[in-house]
Amino acid sequence: MGAQIPIATTRSATGVPTGRLAVWWVIASEIVIFGGILVAYILGRLMNDYWGADAANTNVLAGSVNTFVLLTSSLFVVLAHQAAENKETDKAFRYIWLTILGGLIFLVIKSFEWSYEIHHGMTITSSRFWSFYYTAAGIHGLHVIAGMIIMGIISFDVKKGKFLHRVENIGIYWHFVDIVWIFLFPLLYIAK
Amino acid sequence: MGASHSHAGNHSSGSHHGPGHYVKIWAILLVLLVLSILGPEIGVKWITIVSAFGIAFVKAYIVVQEFMHLKNERRVVHYALATSLIAMGMFVAGIYADVGRTAGENWKNQAAQSLIDKHAAEGHNSSAPH
Repeated sequence: MGAQIPIATTRSATGVPTGRLAVWWVIASEIVIFGGILVAYILGRLMNDYWGADAANTNVLAGSVNTFVLLTSSLFVVLAHQAAENKETDKAFRYIWLTILGGLIFLVIKSFEWSYEIHHGMTITSSRFWSFYYTAAGIHGLHVIAGMIIMGIISFDVKKGKFLHRVENIGIYWHFVDIVWIFLFPLLYIAK
Repeated sequence: MGASHSHAGNHSSGSHHGPGHYVKIWAILLVLLVLSILGPEIGVKWITIVSAFGIAFVKAYIVVQEFMHLKNERRVVHYALATSLIAMGMFVAGIYADVGRTAGENWKNQAAQSLIDKHAAEGHNSSAPH
């Protein structure tokens, strides 16, 4: 008898493994959270022309680089999933940590960006645009941090060849975090 | 029983593509990213909307289908996601009438009105309905 396997991991009432189905349900609930924020932002933006002037102060280069970083980290985590499927545990471990590195680079760029903006008086209370900016990007950033922590935890089991299916589960979550940024980027950086 | 990913019912939704396939998808996403950045530089509103927001939807679709493998998932997952999108649509529809307003038949948001007045005083061009 090997490591204890949670009952939820070994059963499936829907044909979808319970763990993976749970991740999809998490994403379904996140769609409402992020979707609500994004739609509220779009409505506010359409009704307030001056938000465009505020948006002109965001750093397009930083946003673009961060989009590149997240897209690349998505590639790494899907390659980690593929390696885990092939039971190439060392390779999966490396790709997971490259994904975490991507998340770290994203956060470092974001922190420099925020430091600059706050230093120049663009704070969460400056205007409704900046309130949305810091709220949406902040909640997204927390999801990036959560994903990095979970990946770090599961990576050591993966290295031992245990619970390899979790690579796919965290990958689905990470791709969703990427998708949220794909929508935040044009809304907060491109549309002036 | 070992603790690998080979439990009953724990099959992966992943396709059997090689790494090259995913690298190709990633390259396509990068090309779309560049287009979404360059499009608004032209300065034409409809091109900005299509290049920035239209491409965002295309990028999201590609990530969902190719990286998240939604195309290989069972219908129950599609239903779960559709349910949340419908719920979000209902929430938005429910509050839409009050969005951007600072007063209604039985309520008044003085704080929001003050903010609008403040921005108007600072010379911003606010078109929020009063």
